[in-house]
Amino acid sequence: MSATVKTIVNQPYKYGFVTDIEADTIPRGLSEDVIRLISAKKEEPEFMLEFRLRAYRQWLKMTEPTWHSVQYPPINYQDIIYYSAPKKKPKQLNSLEEVDPALLETFEKLGIPLAEQKRLTNVAVDAIFDSVSVATTFREKLAKEGVIFCSISEAVREYPELVQKYLGSVVPTADNYFAALNSAVFSDGSFVYIPKNTKCPMELSTYFRINSGDTGQFERTLIVAEEGSYVSYLEGCTAPMYDTNQLHAAVVELIALDNAEIKYSTVQNWYAGDENGKGGIYNFVTKRGLCQGVNSKISWTQVETGSAITWKYPSCVLIGDNSVGEFYSVALTNNKQQADTGTKMIHVGKNTRSTIISKGISAGNSSNSYRGLVKVNPKAQGARNYSQCDSMLIGDNARANTFPYIQVQNNTARVEHEASTSKIGEDQLFYFAQRGISSEDAISMMISGFCKDVFNQLPMEFAVEADRLLSLKLEGSVG
Amino acid sequence: MIIENSEILLSVKDLTAEVDGNPILKGVNLEVRAGEIHAIMGPNGSGKRTFSKALAGHPAYEVTSGEAIFLGKNLLEMEPEERARAGVFLAFQYPLEIPGVSNLDFLRVAYNSRRKEQGLEELDAFDFDDLIQEKLDVVKMDAAFLNRSVNEGFSGGEKKRNEILQMALLEPKIAILDETDSGLDIDALKIVASGVNQLASSENATILITHYQRLLNYIVPDYVHVMAGGRIIKSGGKELALELESRGYDWVLEQAATEVGV
Repeated sequence: MSATVKTIVNQPYKYGFVTDIEADTIPRGLSEDVIRLISAKKEEPEFMLEFRLRAYRQWLKMTEPTWHSVQYPPINYQDIIYYSAPKKKPKQLNSLEEVDPALLETFEKLGIPLAEQKRLTNVAVDAIFDSVSVATTFREKLAKEGVIFCSISEAVREYPELVQKYLGSVVPTADNYFAALNSAVFSDGSFVYIPKNTKCPMELSTYFRINSGDTGQFERTLIVAEEGSYVSYLEGCTAPMYDTNQLHAAVVELIALDNAEIKYSTVQNWYAGDENGKGGIYNFVTKRGLCQGVNSKISWTQVETGSAITWKYPSCVLIGDNSVGEFYSVALTNNKQQADTGTKMIHVGKNTRSTIISKGISAGNSSNSYRGLVKVNPKAQGARNYSQCDSMLIGDNARANTFPYIQVQNNTARVEHEASTSKIGEDQLFYFAQRGISSEDAISMMISGFCKDVFNQLPMEFAVEADRLLSLKLEGSVG
Repeated sequence: MIIENSEILLSVKDLTAEVDGNPILKGVNLEVRAGEIHAIMGPNGSGKRTFSKALAGHPAYEVTSGEAIFLGKNLLEMEPEERARAGVFLAFQYPLEIPGVSNLDFLRVAYNSRRKEQGLEELDAFDFDDLIQEKLDVVKMDAAFLNRSVNEGFSGGEKKRNEILQMALLEPKIAILDETDSGLDIDALKIVASGVNQLASSENATILITHYQRLLNYIVPDYVHVMAGGRIIKSGGKELALELESRGYDWVLEQAATEVGV
């Protein structure tokens, strides 16, 4: 690493603080009893407990997958705490005044003001702290439009018929090892329901915060967009800095009916571990959207910057004729981070279209893989896919891989794939410097240019945030 | 042009530098005054490139001793970007390609960083656009180049013209042109040379680093220096370049060897 760049201080992870709060934590370990306990604590109806137990029994028979290109020591599932909740939380929040001030302060510190007067004006937020949702803003306003936006625990109690109908319909309990685990123990998450012909009047957003040291976070998000509706949803994530690894195994299910559109954006900034790879979050997530109706559309946009290991493939199953799936991704890895991420586009209906734009940035000693599947089923007449996978390497020790899988069973399909690799090295930075441009500005210009296609897809205020986040993460990483 | 008692822009004394631990520069002395054009010539491996990179502050070229004073300031203590903002410009032999960054943005940010250093207000996109249109004429470049990524897919000649465009924009006090003639056909060479000549003034100075006399037919130097073995071993007027062209470098090397007594 060059002397010049070395002097730029590595930006510390500024969300690494721990909130000291009294928590209701159950003992470590996983068993049917633990699942019954979680379900009881959440006062769930019988069907939910059945769902969990079924998933747990399936999970017991499954083995952890090994086909990915990430490496980590074996996880001891009996050493994880599966439920932890701030004690003072009343069951039903009527107003934010009932929320523990320590929690409000935590979210304030994270830049997510929940207090009435400081709210983001056009974004409704569901704030999730460890295993539970602590507050959901703008609920009444949304309710006027018929939009339901609440924690999934609440939805299970208040809207059991919707939950029962859709939960597990996109990601079945036995879909994969981590999805099964999540189905068994999921603690909280967000639920969104957009009624027919309704355009959700504001951005919906969930903010996930892991606080406890040994707690796994298993959240579950379910979004249902009825015919002719539209919603834009954003999730953000942070966690304190701990030396131990924490497991985050979430499941997100999206359902878009006829002419409905769901736009799902993620800015993931979990703690990534220190520069030697100690600590950090294992982010093993299953995200899938079902374009069930004709002309429906699901769009995933993700900016992945955190986690020791990121392993996720937000996917679209394009069943409705003329439905559209999109995936825009920036995945950044630094130090010893590992990412194996991409998407699956499954074309089932006629004239279905999908677009994949993936930008991988690897710095330090990190490893960044794109893995994607484009599958065209025999009846998907006229299906089209365009994929573009670009990798950018920063420095000499980072790695980038691309694994595109393409399966086409219909000869009218058109599938295109483009890929490129570029590099930011000492010489590029010197070229900028020689024109009077600092390394920070140089990196930021190069990264912005590289990620432009993806950032353009994010809601504006988050695009700016994402841009800044990437620059911060890369400070001092070049040379 | 040589101007009696003009300001000393750059004064280099006993400069030594190494690359990967190998000593390359072994005591370079050079004084450059405002208005002057210097040519540094020499065989391959003589240290010409190292000299230019060390002055510009490339991190791989480590200065081990000696001094370089630029406008009264110790150049060697400044970061590469500070040197650039203060008015040191290096035209690269191999300009880098920067995908995803538009030439226009690159030029504007570079220009504004220099303005900021001079305590001037940054130019907004509109004013900058007017300015850059003027500068394009210096190197006869089409405005379409501004919207392309920096140097990406440019031909060798286009890259060199883009370097001179940057120089025209940044108006350095001292411009070091590293083998700017390499890889240019005669038409491109004329355009580049004409650009350099237009920019040369009594306020600034130019150092041409070149292997061949050819460039010096178009940009006429006031001084010619021969570099070999990491030192400047002979200096003279423009006629020295012609002599080198016809006789090669050997006689200078031999002469130097007897003088130093090596």
